[in-house]
Amino acid sequence: MKALIRITLKNGVLDPQGKAIEGAVRGLGITGIGDVRQGKFIEVQLTETDQSKAKQIVEQMCKDLLANTVIENYAYDLVP
Amino acid sequence: MIKASVIVFPGSNCDRDVKVAIERITGYAPNMIWHGDASVPSSDLIVLPGGFSYGDYLRCGAMAAHSPIMKDVIAKAKAGTPVLGICNGFQVLCESGLLPGVLMRNRSLKFICKDVFLRVERDDTFFSRCYRKGEVIKVPIAHAEGNYFADTETLDRLEGEGRVALRYCDETGTVSDAASPNGAQRNIAGITDPTGRILGMMPHPERLYEAALGGTDGRRIFESAVISLTADAA
Amino acid sequence: MQDAAEKPTITPEIVAEHGLKPDEYQRLLKILGREPSLTELGIFSVMWSEHCSYKSSRVWLKTLPTSGPKVIQGPGENAGVVDLGDGDCAVFKMESHNHPSYIEPFQGAATGVGGIMRDVFTMGARPVANLNALRFGAPEHPKTRQLVDGVVAGIAHYGNCTGVPTIGGETNFDAGYNNNILVNAMCVGLARADKIFYSAAKGVGLPVVYVGSKTGRDGIHGATMASAEFDDKSDEKRPTVQVGDPFTEKLLIEACLELMATDMIIAIQDMGAAGLTSSTSEMADKGGVGIELVLDHVPQREANMTAYEMMLSESQERMLMILKPGREPDAEKIFTKWGLDFAVIGKTTDTGRMIVTHKGKVEADLPVTVLANSAPMYERPYFHPVPPAPVLPEWVAAPNSLMSALRTMMGSPALASRRWIYQQYDHMVMGDTVGRPGGDAGIVRVHNTQKGIAATCDVTPRYVAADPEMGTKQAVVETWRNLCAVGADPIAITDNMNFANPERPEIMGQFVASVKGMGEACRVLDYPVVSGNVSLYNETNGIGIPPTPAIGGVGLVPDVAKIADIALKRDGDLLIVIGLERGWLGQSLYQGIIAGRFEGAPPPVDLADELKAGRLVRALIREGNVSAVHDCADGGLLVTVVEMALAGDIGVELYPYEGSLPPHAVWFGEDQGRYVLSVSPAQAEETLERARLLALPARVVGRVGGDSLVIRGDGDPFPLAGLRTLHEGWLPDYMAGLSAH
Repeated sequence: MKALIRITLKNGVLDPQGKAIEGAVRGLGITGIGDVRQGKFIEVQLTETDQSKAKQIVEQMCKDLLANTVIENYAYDLVP
Repeated sequence: MIKASVIVFPGSNCDRDVKVAIERITGYAPNMIWHGDASVPSSDLIVLPGGFSYGDYLRCGAMAAHSPIMKDVIAKAKAGTPVLGICNGFQVLCESGLLPGVLMRNRSLKFICKDVFLRVERDDTFFSRCYRKGEVIKVPIAHAEGNYFADTETLDRLEGEGRVALRYCDETGTVSDAASPNGAQRNIAGITDPTGRILGMMPHPERLYEAALGGTDGRRIFESAVISLTADAA
Repeated sequence: MQDAAEKPTITPEIVAEHGLKPDEYQRLLKILGREPSLTELGIFSVMWSEHCSYKSSRVWLKTLPTSGPKVIQGPGENAGVVDLGDGDCAVFKMESHNHPSYIEPFQGAATGVGGIMRDVFTMGARPVANLNALRFGAPEHPKTRQLVDGVVAGIAHYGNCTGVPTIGGETNFDAGYNNNILVNAMCVGLARADKIFYSAAKGVGLPVVYVGSKTGRDGIHGATMASAEFDDKSDEKRPTVQVGDPFTEKLLIEACLELMATDMIIAIQDMGAAGLTSSTSEMADKGGVGIELVLDHVPQREANMTAYEMMLSESQERMLMILKPGREPDAEKIFTKWGLDFAVIGKTTDTGRMIVTHKGKVEADLPVTVLANSAPMYERPYFHPVPPAPVLPEWVAAPNSLMSALRTMMGSPALASRRWIYQQYDHMVMGDTVGRPGGDAGIVRVHNTQKGIAATCDVTPRYVAADPEMGTKQAVVETWRNLCAVGADPIAITDNMNFANPERPEIMGQFVASVKGMGEACRVLDYPVVSGNVSLYNETNGIGIPPTPAIGGVGLVPDVAKIADIALKRDGDLLIVIGLERGWLGQSLYQGIIAGRFEGAPPPVDLADELKAGRLVRALIREGNVSAVHDCADGGLLVTVVEMALAGDIGVELYPYEGSLPPHAVWFGEDQGRYVLSVSPAQAEETLERARLLALPARVVGRVGGDSLVIRGDGDPFPLAGLRTLHEGWLPDYMAGLSAH
């Protein structure tokens, strides 16, 4: 099983990198875009096969290390 | 005799600098403690040095905050051992929960290395007693992630409890947005825990402890610690 | 060898893809007496590349002075070594990473810094200072901004993370680099003279040990890329760019230095361009031994890597060592502690052959001496460049006012402050930086002593383009002068020769003349070349770069309490210029920026006068008789004075020039061999007298004080703050355009 984890900045937290990306995209002449927010994508191979146990592991990993919940949210999918 | 311990993480790079500064200022060489060790020897002062622990991968300080030695650092800090976190060390303190908030990317998105002016907000704490309240000091910064962030409630609590130790200001002591090198909320450059014995700061006091390096304003952080320890012992 | 059935046929296309010319392939067939395997062809292609073999340049480089009483190791090892006294020595080198930085500026520049640091700590030195010499295209060129942004960020990323201060450098903008930027990185390390490590694998049956990062498919053919002209398809080469990991480099530095403190190492070499291939063959060749490699033991990052890929990979942060037999477990402990890979991948032999096996098959079997020494050497045809005639001062129009010309120049891309760049580099880490960037030379203290190492890099490409011999002489002299200006005794240089396609006789002519000028300056100044790097084929679609021999100079400061910087400090001081003033406006920035063209011969260099002036300035600094010193370079006297005023945040009043030259030529001429000194009035007369005794012209040009620049007889004073805005504003404003499209 694999965990596909997305970590994003909480709403309201300034995201200068997202702003820079937005500026660069506009600089390419691409129109039709609004705000850009950036984050991290982390892929973790799991050896645990039980779905609910896997969920626990991923939750703990996210809370304790992968995301800083002062400024970041996390979300994940478990895929085979 | 001052028994200081400097924690060395893989990727720390100001560990020697702070060791030298402490040795020159206090007369005693600190212990250098490897991050993989299970415990810190009994110490008068624990220093988390600057650098790029674990390459600053994931988030600055995040992996160091979870390294084996930090369990003991946290326990000792909670039991009253003074802890100084400089730059990456401040980031580690925040990530480990010993101090609130987080250091985000500078608003310029650039690494910035330069001397900055700081206003000393307290002169009665463990690390600040050799300064005068309101004094303007010059200490360098060198970081890409020093933009202090916390929610309003936390910031208000820090202010209310007198835990903002240092603020970015201009040469005259005026705290303004223009004087902030990184966009830190309320120009915060350093904060303490409620006891004042845990200090996290982005600027590097160990870099300006002698005139040959361009200034001596950083010296009194360490001298304050020495005097406070003497007072503790008395 | 491989089974005939599996052996790929080496077609002329495959040979061409490997960057070998048909006649070079014929030479290879003759040397081997058979057709090479694909792996062997790959091995030879990197060893015979311009980058590794110096096949176009070696015959000329041999003419340079490379020895002297202070030289411990000259060119030929990973870096040069010079004596600093008391058993201390400085280890340094400069190297280019031009093509990779153009293709992927962040990673290209970052890995350039990483590579040069490995060259230095391979020798047993702790890196203590980095510098860089950068050349970008014209500011208005559409790619320039993002290249500046990426290169600077890449250098910062790598140097800052490894904890080595970046203390100096220089940056130029010129349309001649529009399609070929130059990123030259220099590193200075500090070692003990009795603990220098070399690369000769002396001894048979010794373990060959691989440490550091794992091997991936990075940069395969990087070394041949660095020797091939660009064409419009270069964008497709992106995957061959290596990615740097400064965190691993930092661990590698600490682990290697820890191992070097023991007696376990016989030889050590970094895996730079051409990775495993060049490191193994060079170590074996220097040690006079053979070498057997079992590639199955190489730590690998990717699955199914072939022998060809492993031998040619340019994955970063890897080192190769020959250990004393039986010491592998002790050495391994150190690397395990630092979380780095450690693998015994072979042994030295007495066969004189390099035998590479993988999965039980011999993939290459080559005689070591042939591999290391058989590259073709070319004495390429060249044209002697003919320098243009000098431009007389009177031929260049005077400005409406000196002040207005000055203001234009101070805010021009050529002269604007580089603070936006060096502020991104940690220049204080290690706690020994006593001379910060922004002055003439950076200085780091030799840790735990009062001595200092001063370092600078310089070249003025427009001078070299006009007259390669004189221009290169000037580049050497400028480093020498910059070292003297901070109070250092110049010791030796490293050079980074960036040129276009040497197969064109006019380019080869630039190279030959440049080496000649360098050699002459080094001989007269007793300032030998101890290391260097050549980067040729900096050319796109037939348009080459201006010839750019970047020179890195290193000097010793006997006592860091007796140094000088450019910042004016004392109200009431007098400013004295020493050195001959001829009002040389040919190739000056005034001519280029105000008159709109660069013409004529560059300013000539008088080496004998340089020696005298340098000695005098160093003596005055050590006696404590000057409060600020700045060498007079780009922009001339007026710009020099204003830079000093800005650095010290004190105004200056300049006296009218009363000699026979046109005043604008005196204020903006770029005559060489000059310094501006800030001296107390009480000592002014004595200082002038001492210069005169050496037959060096010297005169008082103004007085320090106030908060404006006053040029008497040239209209109103101009506030220093206004000049600062112009000078500091250009680069940040320009770079802000990156996101403000």
